[in-house]
Amino acid sequence: MDFLKTVEDLQQLSAKCAGCFKAKIDGSDGKKHIVICGGGACASANSEQIKANMLDVLKEKDLLDKVTVDLGGCFGLCSSGPFAKIYPDDTLYTLVKPEDAREIIEKDIIGGEIVERLLYVDPAANKKIKKESEIPFYKKQEKIALNNCGVIDPENIEEAIGAGAFKGFVRALSMGRKEVIQEVLDSGLRGRGGAGFPTGRKWSFVPDVEGDKYIVCNGDEGDPGAFMDRSVLEGNPLAVIEGMMIGGYAIGASAGYFYVRAEYPVAVQRLKNAIKQAEEMGLLGDNILGTGFNFRINLRLGAGAFVCGEETALLNSIEGKRGMPRPRPPFPAVSGLWGRPTVVNNVETLACVPYVLREGAAAFAKLGTEKSKGTKVFALGGKITNVGLVEVPMGTTLKELIYDIGGGIPNGKKFKAIQTGGPSGGCLTAEDLDAEIDYDNLVARGSMMGSGGAIVMDEDNCMVDVAKFYLDFICDESCGKCSPCRIGTKRMLELLTKITDGNGTMEDLDELEDLAAKIKTNSLCGLGQTAPNPVLSTLAHFRDEYVAHIVDKKCPAHVCKNLMEYVIDKEKCIGCGMCAKNCPTSTISQTDYVAPGHKLASYHIDPLNCVKCGNCMSVCKVGAVSKQ
Amino acid sequence: MAHLNEAAVKQIEEICDRYKNENTPLVMILSDIQKEYGYIPLEVQELVSEKTGISVAEIYGVVTFYSFFSLKPKGKYVIGCCLGTACYVKGAQQVIDKFSEILGIKAGETTDDGLFTIDALRCIGACSVAPAVTINGTVYSKVKVDEVKGIVEKYQKGAN
Ligand SMILES: Cc1cc2nc3c(=O)[nH]c(=O)nc-3n(C[C@H](O)[C@H](O)[C@H](O)COP(=O)(O)O)c2cc1C
Ligand code: SF4
Ligand code: SF4
Ligand code: FES
Repeated sequence: MDFLKTVEDLQQLSAKCAGCFKAKIDGSDGKKHIVICGGGACASANSEQIKANMLDVLKEKDLLDKVTVDLGGCFGLCSSGPFAKIYPDDTLYTLVKPEDAREIIEKDIIGGEIVERLLYVDPAANKKIKKESEIPFYKKQEKIALNNCGVIDPENIEEAIGAGAFKGFVRALSMGRKEVIQEVLDSGLRGRGGAGFPTGRKWSFVPDVEGDKYIVCNGDEGDPGAFMDRSVLEGNPLAVIEGMMIGGYAIGASAGYFYVRAEYPVAVQRLKNAIKQAEEMGLLGDNILGTGFNFRINLRLGAGAFVCGEETALLNSIEGKRGMPRPRPPFPAVSGLWGRPTVVNNVETLACVPYVLREGAAAFAKLGTEKSKGTKVFALGGKITNVGLVEVPMGTTLKELIYDIGGGIPNGKKFKAIQTGGPSGGCLTAEDLDAEIDYDNLVARGSMMGSGGAIVMDEDNCMVDVAKFYLDFICDESCGKCSPCRIGTKRMLELLTKITDGNGTMEDLDELEDLAAKIKTNSLCGLGQTAPNPVLSTLAHFRDEYVAHIVDKKCPAHVCKNLMEYVIDKEKCIGCGMCAKNCPTSTISQTDYVAPGHKLASYHIDPLNCVKCGNCMSVCKVGAVSKQ
Repeated sequence: MAHLNEAAVKQIEEICDRYKNENTPLVMILSDIQKEYGYIPLEVQELVSEKTGISVAEIYGVVTFYSFFSLKPKGKYVIGCCLGTACYVKGAQQVIDKFSEILGIKAGETTDDGLFTIDALRCIGACSVAPAVTINGTVYSKVKVDEVKGIVEKYQKGAN
């Protein structure tokens, strides 16, 4: 690896690597390139073994110099992974298993024939699709933060440079600090970590003082069920590093800190590797590219505390303390890490910055709505066909997100709600499907953009139970510094438990709302201030479900155990006795009723001793057991 | 680890030395110790205190604040049941309840024979295969309640 002494050195390397990168994509180097998805879900399905097996076959065929195999970042369409994508043909193989490696190499790479059985099947049209670009899931997406994720080898800095890395940084270096901030302001980029504060404004708050200043990247990603930041860090770590360097240059920082969840070992390892390569090339360190700009990047790991995603708690955690929030003001921009001016930005925010500098503010601002520019990455999860990672322009409607991209709700179930903003957010319902995704729009509808977790719920989810789930999470994670949050959320959880246990009263609902208001206004940090939101939002949209729990003593979705029962339909029961055999409390017995057309007498559940384990329902072959 | 043996003392001192040049190294030191030994008992905290000059009270405060640090040793097999939102809405609670029922311990506890610990985790990034369970790094996807028994038995057999 060359040491780059000047901007010209970098530009020369960039031109050279761009040629290699282009040749790889369009095949003009005469080689085939296979990229295997190495994202979280695919890795857990052993995608690394696919790569190893492919390499074995290639070695056996003596093709190692004609075909390369890389492990790339998340391809997004996680529910159809692991993937293998072939360049230059743009063929995408889905649901690939390690044992498929040989067939792909022998049939496709050597034989030039498509392995039909591994192609993506579009469920709507029931037809096989060969090219990634033709799959409906990808059609409405626009990749800025996820640019090059799943395309480049995340461990190879030269390839990233060939794909455009550091062009934004070079342009920033040619501008004054204030101009860089102005460019980011003009782009309309707002913080992707949740609150949506304009990034350029935040940078402009840093005072022009001598001495140490810091830029911190918030990679704590605490929203349970969200994996956007992880995917960016794993798929294109240099984009975030470059964003941090540009931010560091703009505010006059001498060092940057990454704070990453310890639960993300792959992201940590890729970041470490990328930082090391950048250091070796002289892109980090003293007098970078001969411009006099000194900048170093350090890495700190979280230790499992959700509140550390809050920026002041995060700073305390970097300082080796308990991760408890600090009162604001002073804001971090004035007094942050070790009392010095500090900017905290989210991973996705920083990943957008190189694009803004490389392509210009106008290119970024072209996408989106009036007040929300660019794109947003979402982790689509829950009851949705295409579980995965998507990046859509702001202004996309929820309907497009859930149905056109997400493929709708599986198993013919009915859509009930989509929760955005995680434990701080709220749910959006069928009434909101035409709403455009935009910071202010989602807030106006009682939820929020959040960091990008988007969990879809169907008719089988109980909204009271979901609200309880989030509060339980909050009670677990409240740092305990202030009493409205520490005690208030506990009281709310007790009330919700009372309701789901079947002991609630209508007064409890008033008390929930009263407590919620007090917690929101009196908590020190964002965790407490937003903790009641899931309860308030489900109360607003699904009050009838709460009432059903309290007045009718029924859980309409049959989730809350005290408010539902398992029942055997005596007409459907064929009398096989499987349920009785599997019942841990022996509370199922045979009756003397034989349904017309059946040979054996049907069974019956005595609800008194039923512990609602559900065994009977899962073993019954004719579906005679149901929840009521 | 009632008394620290010499090798352990040496290693912990070495871990403290690793971060000598860092401004505020405590969380990093504790992470390395947790990784190495699986837990951070009081004796170790005292040793770290001696080495770094940070008070035991402060170290104890940090150890008990973060869920990654543990005061007690964990089981040979740590069953991490994801209770992140994506897993929860797909029935993860029933899965963890089943592990609890079979092993007779609650989340966060370890069986008397030291074989299993159940941990409730918040999203391991395998949301597309929810509900997800990880056991010592191996991910089990789309776990159904009636598969739990077989999974436990596999490890019980492996242990003998
Ligand atoms: C309880 C709580 C948890 C948070 N968790 C995260 C997180 O995991 N990641 C993140 O980027 N921001 C998180 N935030 C927001 C940060 O405090 C901060 O606003 C953000 O990192 C700023 O970056 P941005 O302006 O680029 O969005 C959290 C805030 C609160 C109150
Ligand atoms: S609101 Fe909750 S999390 Fe935030 S400082 Fe108070 S107790 Fe801690
Ligand atoms: S739910 Fe469980 S306890 Fe109840 S009847 Fe069915 S098998 Fe028996
Ligand atoms: S919520 Fe369980 S893996 Fe993401």
